[in-house]
Amino acid sequence: MSNFFARFGNELYTGKRSYPFVERKKIWLGAAAVLVLVSILIPVFTGGFNLGIEFRGGSEFRVSDTASTDVHRGEQAVDSVAPGNQPRVSNIAPGTMRVQTERLSDTQTLEVKGKLATAYGVAADHVTSSFVGPTWGADVSKQALLGFVIFVALAAVLMALYFRTWKMSLSALTGMFVTMIITAGVYAASGFEVTPSAIIGFLTILSYSLYDTVVVFDKIRENTADITASTRRTFVEEVNLAVNQTLVRSINTMMVAVLPVAAILFIGAGLLGAGTLRDLSLALFVGILIGTAATIFIAAPMYAWLREREPGLRKQAERVEARRSSANAAV
Amino acid sequence: MARSRTRPGLKTLISLGVILLALVGILGGGKLAGQASWAPKLALDLQGGTEMILAPKVSGGSQINQDQLNQAVEIIRQRVDGSGVSEAEISTQSGRNVVVSLPGTPSAETRQLIQASADMNFRPVLTTGDPAAVPADQQLTADKLPKPTAAPKNASDTNWITADVYKQYEALDCTKPQPESTQRSDPSKPLVTCEAANGTQPAVKYILGPVEVVGTDIAGSSFQLQQGRQGAVTNEWAVNIQFNDAGTQKFKAVTERLNGYYVANQNDPKAQFAIVLDDKVLSAPRTQAVITDGRPQITGNFTQQSAQALSDQLRYGALPISFDIQSEDQISATLGTQQLEMGLLAGAIGLLLVVVYSLFQYRALGFVTIASLVVAGALTYLAIAILGWTENYRLSLAGVAGLIVAIGQTADSFIVYFERIRDELREGRGLVSAVENGWKRAKRTVLASKAVNLLAAVVLYFVAVGNVRGFAFTLGLTAIADLIVVFMFTHPMLQVLARTRFFGEGHRFSGLDPERLGAVPLYRGAGRLREASEAARANLKPKNAAAAREAGRRMTIAERRAAEAQKQSEMTAASGRSGRASKGAGEEN
Repeated sequence: MSNFFARFGNELYTGKRSYPFVERKKIWLGAAAVLVLVSILIPVFTGGFNLGIEFRGGSEFRVSDTASTDVHRGEQAVDSVAPGNQPRVSNIAPGTMRVQTERLSDTQTLEVKGKLATAYGVAADHVTSSFVGPTWGADVSKQALLGFVIFVALAAVLMALYFRTWKMSLSALTGMFVTMIITAGVYAASGFEVTPSAIIGFLTILSYSLYDTVVVFDKIRENTADITASTRRTFVEEVNLAVNQTLVRSINTMMVAVLPVAAILFIGAGLLGAGTLRDLSLALFVGILIGTAATIFIAAPMYAWLREREPGLRKQAERVEARRSSANAAV
Repeated sequence: MARSRTRPGLKTLISLGVILLALVGILGGGKLAGQASWAPKLALDLQGGTEMILAPKVSGGSQINQDQLNQAVEIIRQRVDGSGVSEAEISTQSGRNVVVSLPGTPSAETRQLIQASADMNFRPVLTTGDPAAVPADQQLTADKLPKPTAAPKNASDTNWITADVYKQYEALDCTKPQPESTQRSDPSKPLVTCEAANGTQPAVKYILGPVEVVGTDIAGSSFQLQQGRQGAVTNEWAVNIQFNDAGTQKFKAVTERLNGYYVANQNDPKAQFAIVLDDKVLSAPRTQAVITDGRPQITGNFTQQSAQALSDQLRYGALPISFDIQSEDQISATLGTQQLEMGLLAGAIGLLLVVVYSLFQYRALGFVTIASLVVAGALTYLAIAILGWTENYRLSLAGVAGLIVAIGQTADSFIVYFERIRDELREGRGLVSAVENGWKRAKRTVLASKAVNLLAAVVLYFVAVGNVRGFAFTLGLTAIADLIVVFMFTHPMLQVLARTRFFGEGHRFSGLDPERLGAVPLYRGAGRLREASEAARANLKPKNAAAAREAGRRMTIAERRAAEAQKQSEMTAASGRSGRASKGAGEEN
């Protein structure tokens, strides 16, 4: 298997095996456009995202180490303190119940805590409570948006300076935006709960997405450094070769990035239930997969597309064609 | 070519070892001094407790600035300390919110106390006395208690002191810390209260008249060294208050009356004017003059610190800031431990998966990844433990998540590097030069991509609210640790390993086997390759140094044709191979 990867890497490196990531750019960019459109439309038609309690505001209780996962007990406990509150009771992990209610007063919170402990037969310290004001989520979102804008602006400048071309910067950012929108679309479509932790996950994906693109673009830059002096490959072919040459790296990088995240996801969802760890890792899990694909299928092809019509590169492509046809004629 | 006797890379590895030992030493020193601990400090979501995030509310909808927020934190800290909760941590966040972390579950009273707005006002003093409670046998008997004869004429009228008020005054013990309360006294009634002991000044017990000037009438305050009559600066600190127009008018009327008492008898307590914050006396200066311009100066026994403290309290304490609890999390200690255990388990599994994957992909080279991860882990752990000691940094659940996510991102820079080395091997270079060339290229990529990671972490850290900070912090910290490890461990390690037989000859389990990496076709058969390797090994011996130099000279033309200048390596065969291979690569272009 490792042998296969090594051979696979060799063939990709020499160009013996090549996937048309860049040549078929119309297909990939078209598919991405459709996916982005769908991702935007899904929340519109399904009535938006499944917002966590942080965005709605309210009180939340968690009962751990319960023998029973009977939802009714939790509902009754809340009802006896605050009638008509219509609590959302769910079993979020083995032995863990979550009870979400409207905002309760301090005394009500204490009472509900006690009732829940009795109802599920656990000690009082196995019931935790949290309360979130209705403006908290909006506050988090506002700050996240601010962070997002600052990050994108700084990253755009950083990349334009590093690669010395705004076209690479623009392509990388496009790939990042596509990653973000599709990840959000996955959230809307699957009904995953959007919590502040998920939003941190989103922001981390941005960094990952750009990081991944920077590595691939570095190879592209290297391959196309003195493209005008060469008639061996056209610019588009060089970009494609670079993407192929870094494919094994991309896969390996994605794997090592996603493995720890998958571990958190498994542990988080399986044993702890919803919470910081799970929400964060879910966003990361989805985002890393999409982010890696976006570099290969969107950022790199887009960069080739932005530059292939430059006069210098057109002439170079013509020279490559001329050499090839003369070589063919000679044979 | 001149080269050092020590093997390349070894020096850097030793420096890293020194750095690690120094960090352990720092932490160990702190531990010996009894301040640090080997384990990182845990945030409340891991050790159990309550965390409240409060948003300040300023009446009138005006914006709050950082100074006001800092003062708000100070006010809350005093209240929380006063309510007897120990180990509370109060801090500002992003210049907008106040975070209060308390062990255990706060009582309803503590919660209200934290949220209540600061209440400052000025009351005239009716009487003062020793701070201690009057012993029961010395208290006035019912017939001797004051009986007001008429309705009070002004705020300084002793007719405010009724029997009830006086009994309250007798019972009050100002030598003990006063409990905080959210119940504010009625501004139109007299108040029995304390001024806490401050430095050498003992506590004082007061009966105060009704409120005459409210805190919101203060326009500003400052502190300075007092000026003498000739305008020369003395050594006495003074606090200046500036009232607004309404305050100036009220204060003028008050000082006219109070100064009357002062002129009649300098020791009359009724000449004193108490500044009251949250029903406690901050200061009760005597009215030595009639203040008509609304700019009184308070003097007497101030140090620079106490003058500044009073000035700050006057300026910000007068602001009616109250707080909204935006979110509140109560985590039981057992649940926190459970979360930490699960987080660590997730981290261990994640680490194991990465280890298995790198061994599978990179064979023996995978061990370099593992060792690098261990070093990165040690650096991060030490940094967190030291920061916990010096900066009171606490590891939260989100921080743990950041650490786990960082495993992948750290391993990632090794992948970028290893793939570069493999690329160089595919070009046909020998391992020693492949390591150097691969590093030259990978270094740039790693730096650029880590810059993106760090940028994200820094932005997240500075703008984010809530538990995002812990996550961003560990993410940034590990990015830095990763850079240190790649530069000071992974690369030097490979430099050393490249000169071992196992790696240098491309053992099939080394992960850097040229044959497996398709480098063979560039040569004239696998058999030749093996010969070259054996020659390389032979040339490692010093007695063959002359032959090595000779071979090196022979290859200079080929080297010139190679795309990049190569470092002269000890292995002639290696440079020979790379020369030939670069030539091949050159033709490719």
